[in-house]
Amino acid sequence: MSILSVKNVNKQFGGLKALHEVNLEIEAGTVHAIIGPNGAGKSTLLNCFVGRLNPDTGSVNFDGVSLLGMLPHQINQVGVSRVFQTPEIFGDLTLAENVMIPAFARRDGAFRINAWRQVEDEQSIRENAMHLLEDVGLADSADNVANQLSRGDKRRLELAMCLVQQPKLLLLDEPTAGMARADTNNTIDLLKKIAERGITMVIIEHDMHVVFSLAQKISVLAQGTVIAEGLPNEIKGHPKVQEAYLGGAHL
Amino acid sequence: MIKFNVKNKDHILLIGFIIVVALAPVIFAPIGAGYPDLLQKFAIFGIFAIGFNILFGLTGYLSFGHAAFLGVGSYTAVWTFKLLTMNVIPALILSTLFAGLFALVIGFIVLRRSGIYFSILTLAFAQMSYNLAYSVLTPITNGETGLQLALHDARVLDGVFGVTRGEGLPSTTLFGMAMSGWSGYYFCGVVLIIMFYISLRIFRSPFGMMLRAVKSNQNRMSYTGLNTRPYTLAAFVISGMYAGLAGGLMAITDPLAGAERMQWTASGEVVLMTILGGTGTLLGPVIGAGVIKYFENIFSSFNEGILMDAFSFLPEMLQHAVVSITGLFVGEGWHLTLGALFMVIVIFLPGGLMEGIARIGNVTRRWLKPKPVATTEADAAASE
Repeated sequence: MSILSVKNVNKQFGGLKALHEVNLEIEAGTVHAIIGPNGAGKSTLLNCFVGRLNPDTGSVNFDGVSLLGMLPHQINQVGVSRVFQTPEIFGDLTLAENVMIPAFARRDGAFRINAWRQVEDEQSIRENAMHLLEDVGLADSADNVANQLSRGDKRRLELAMCLVQQPKLLLLDEPTAGMARADTNNTIDLLKKIAERGITMVIIEHDMHVVFSLAQKISVLAQGTVIAEGLPNEIKGHPKVQEAYLGGAHL
Repeated sequence: MIKFNVKNKDHILLIGFIIVVALAPVIFAPIGAGYPDLLQKFAIFGIFAIGFNILFGLTGYLSFGHAAFLGVGSYTAVWTFKLLTMNVIPALILSTLFAGLFALVIGFIVLRRSGIYFSILTLAFAQMSYNLAYSVLTPITNGETGLQLALHDARVLDGVFGVTRGEGLPSTTLFGMAMSGWSGYYFCGVVLIIMFYISLRIFRSPFGMMLRAVKSNQNRMSYTGLNTRPYTLAAFVISGMYAGLAGGLMAITDPLAGAERMQWTASGEVVLMTILGGTGTLLGPVIGAGVIKYFENIFSSFNEGILMDAFSFLPEMLQHAVVSITGLFVGEGWHLTLGALFMVIVIFLPGGLMEGIARIGNVTRRWLKPKPVATTEADAAASE
């Protein structure tokens, strides 16, 4: 069953056709990678899923709901979480608070004045947050300020923030960009564990090592169109892909 | 053993705060501030700054127009005195509500922008309110003269409850108790304690956490499913209500409301108070308000005679030189002292006076900490 269905999406910036008749079906419970050379329109496509951009024409349906015209917080509330290329966290707040905020957002909705109850009375939220921090291996520094974390740990924190919301779909924009090799491998292991829980993931990635260790299905985007789609093995040997993306070189 | 968690610390803070407010006449007497008029100012501006800090300290939105809400509060309070009753309770409730309503309308418009544009918009709105109060709205504000009580005021509720009309202008009361002198101060003090407690609750609540998240990363908030605009608007309205309440309390002390209360210098003053005391801290704004009001009232009253007395132990030549230099910083020149103090604090203690207090606390804790050897000896003694 497809959880995210993208049909005939077009997006133009001035004279530049960023996306041209893009069709994409994301199956529930799979890890789907979108790859392609720089400027292929990967990030533009992702931004059309989260409400940052609106496609000129076409449709984006998530779990039977059209995402067109919805604001980012509304899209999150229907079950789509995303991590950013550069980790976006609440830097001045503690790790525990960073994870509690999304938990509150899931429980209380987009806006609620919960001003008389005290945070420390919210035991279940706190426990839930600590549980997620343990999952990503950051529980020991739960009361430290998030700004002090390394890039890799910030990514782990951001993943915990997304997972505490139990998203139906997790979007990852180059989850290992700018990371040292060790951090990259740790992140891959963590993402594998998340995938095992059955959370649908869409990954945009440059690093082939990451893509082939995680993805069950791959779509290749070039010049705003999907030029190939299939299992990792099929994509590796696909002549069109090698021409467009790998410049003819063999993997 | 007592578990020393956040809640306990907060309880200690609150109890300490109540004690200081209650004993203020004694505590501040040695520095010449132990009289009701000044202490009342400390309390009123403390409330104003606490409210401002809920907006600026938590969400980071720097408003340069909060005096407008102060003015609205004062006008509302005086109108309540004129039309309804000299009892202060209805006046305070109405001035808080009206300021909140005014903040809702203004906030709805100005919160479309953030950063410097937000600050400029609030400044523009406050100046607009100030000029309107002076000109077009004269029937409501009585323009330059300011809104005052009059002998023939309606005071409907007072009439209903059979409060006798005296010969002269009536004074504000709390169910018959006159709100002047020490009773006036203690009334403001109680309101200050209540407002401090509310701010404490907000700081420690999930709502307060959301406001800090606004300051930290609004982008992340939206992608976390949170609508940031209503959160900032709620903070804006709450701080506007605090300002309105402070304005109402000012009218209780002196039932007269003038437009100058809305001027941008008054808005700037509360910014200074908050930064001086410590932005985003619970106690900082109150301390900042106290320090600024102290300088304004005490330093400005120093004159050459007092200085001559203070430096009379010096040889006469030196005495004249020292007095002529220090004379620049007192009396009319108290702003100079305040400016210098403000610069020193912002440069060396960006966290305000609260940061200074925290640093002193850390140093003393290190001093008082028993050495490890001593503890083991004590342990050994205890086990024997």
